[in-house]
Amino acid sequence: MKRFLMILGFCALTTPAAMASDSGVHLEPMEPDHRDLPSLQHGAKLFTNYCLGCHSLEHQRHVRTAEDLGIPTDLYQASLLPAGADMGSHITNAMPAEGAKNWFGAQPPDLSMVTRVRGTDWVYSYLKGFYLDPSRPLGVNNDVLPNAGMPHALIELQGVPRKVCKQAPEGGWDGLSGQPMTSEQCGFIEVEAGTGLLSAEEYDAAVYDLVNFLDYTGEPYRLDRQRIGVYVILFLLVLYVFTWLLGREYQKEVH
Amino acid sequence: MSDAKLSEKPGAVMAGVTQVVNWIDARMPLIETYEYHLSRYWAPKNFNIWYLFGVLSMVVLVNQLLTGIWLTMSYVPSGDKAFASVEYIMRDVEFGWLLRYLHSSGASAFFIVVYLHMFRGMMYGSYRKPRELIWLFGMAIFLVLMAEGFMGYLLPWGNMSYWGAQVIVSLVGAIPVVGADMMEWVRGDFLMSEITLNRFFALHVVALPIMLIMLVFLHIVALHHVGSNNPDGIDVKKHKDENGKPLDSIAFHPYYTIGHDLPAIVLFLIVFCSVVFFAPEMGGYFLEPPNFEQANPLKTPDHIAPVWYYTPFYAMLRAATYPLFGMDAKFWGFVVMVGAIALPAVLPWLDRSPVKSLRYKGAVSKGMLAMFIVSFFLLGWLGTQAASPFYTLLAQVGTAGYFAYFVLMPWYTRVEKTKPVPERVPA
Repeated sequence: MKRFLMILGFCALTTPAAMASDSGVHLEPMEPDHRDLPSLQHGAKLFTNYCLGCHSLEHQRHVRTAEDLGIPTDLYQASLLPAGADMGSHITNAMPAEGAKNWFGAQPPDLSMVTRVRGTDWVYSYLKGFYLDPSRPLGVNNDVLPNAGMPHALIELQGVPRKVCKQAPEGGWDGLSGQPMTSEQCGFIEVEAGTGLLSAEEYDAAVYDLVNFLDYTGEPYRLDRQRIGVYVILFLLVLYVFTWLLGREYQKEVH
Repeated sequence: MSDAKLSEKPGAVMAGVTQVVNWIDARMPLIETYEYHLSRYWAPKNFNIWYLFGVLSMVVLVNQLLTGIWLTMSYVPSGDKAFASVEYIMRDVEFGWLLRYLHSSGASAFFIVVYLHMFRGMMYGSYRKPRELIWLFGMAIFLVLMAEGFMGYLLPWGNMSYWGAQVIVSLVGAIPVVGADMMEWVRGDFLMSEITLNRFFALHVVALPIMLIMLVFLHIVALHHVGSNNPDGIDVKKHKDENGKPLDSIAFHPYYTIGHDLPAIVLFLIVFCSVVFFAPEMGGYFLEPPNFEQANPLKTPDHIAPVWYYTPFYAMLRAATYPLFGMDAKFWGFVVMVGAIALPAVLPWLDRSPVKSLRYKGAVSKGMLAMFIVSFFLLGWLGTQAASPFYTLLAQVGTAGYFAYFVLMPWYTRVEKTKPVPERVPA
């Protein structure tokens, strides 16, 4: 049993390589919360408005989304359900696969389980990693996924992000002034003031909500799983006490 | 018979049961079988915690069979529907996510308990005469289990399923002359395809489980014929009472079944359910992230790694980097891997020690077993990592350690000084 626990510990301590970004860029941590319904609802709205045109959620149904997120059916139908779709159908779009390949070089991937493939940190950092790059066909590039074939769909919200150079701390301290030593460093993304609908904080919150929603669609039953799990473990703990007492009675007879 | 009558004659129910039992017993050896395998199967009284992993393997086997049957009801083994059908199970089937996570976590749990069960046998010399056949049946179970896990892993038709299977199947291609044709024969196609998926499905849900159940049956028949070994490796049958019951043994049922196994099973379920309900992906080790993306023959995952339970052998496969005798390195990697999997089968004939249990063996045996465990864990970790020159060197060292345990065994078990084994089980 000791060795078994050791193996479990070994598995838990080491993290898989898939969690790092392709370019080795530092990823900002993003902790999803499936209990935060306003966040999930806002995320669903953002997804419908900014992502669904190209990306589907082909394993997720409208009716389940409405139920889990606490959105009344009539409101969902009026504001989130695409024309012609019914509540029982999966969240898909009308983009033709062949056309998409011509326009973007590849069909935009289905996002049902994007956070399970990439991790929430990756998707969160990716959506904050766009910057203007005239050398790219769509005019933007991405720090987290270099040469991404996707336009910056949220640019209207964020504003125009540019790569800039600025004075930044380099780790040491100036002995005379006691101030941190700085030097001119490049590669920072800064948003041009007044170009976006949201402030920097509001944009971060919006991206959080969107990623939170995508994480929910990756495993919509997660809260059920955890809730039922608590009862299962509690039941087993009680059962263990009784089986242990029963077992002890039999062990007493030995010797 | 009405309820009132029953309460008037309390012995009536038991009498009825006895009648039924007698009727059956006259037509098949019901009581004899029950006594032979349970109530009069004398098990040494000094079993310890290591003796739980056999029964836990049975628990996991039952879990896999039951959840597997229900998964099969909704799974669609076809190239364009398999992946979606798994997600359908996870989302639209009532408690489908639970069935799937029980099955996927169960696969890993199976290997954990089986590896510990095998390690127990190695520690206490349970493979030694007269238990060689039990060990061989066990090795056959291990091989079938590896095949079962490998084929089952393709079924979700995720991208890691696809590429993992592609890498392993391509190993067959390393066999000289017939390799390329054999690879085609295994896949049933020129590349991994729906045809491969369908045959793996058939083998995974029908052929291999039947083999597994038959082998487990034979494993236990052989065990109950010769009796269980024990941590001291003492032959408990040498000292019997006037009724023929070994003095240092107790009845398997109820003293082990209820006395020890039942609470241990519940304890195991607590750990197992903690994974199923709170960490079914187990940090990417039980369910790998690229497998949440549908199989794509045009998109190779950045880093192909098999599931953790194959990684020690995968690391040994990659450790071979030199071509020899006109054969390329891949062929030798294949040979090393097959050798590493098959070698434990001959343990009964490699071990020349006068004693069975590690408790009475010398320091060299203890050191070699420790080195074997370190090598196995090291290789297991290396198998999950992307290859680098340093890691390859480490894998070669680990492979040497793994093989040395077996190859040098006839020598070190014979020359080392052993401790005397007591006649009776120590109190």
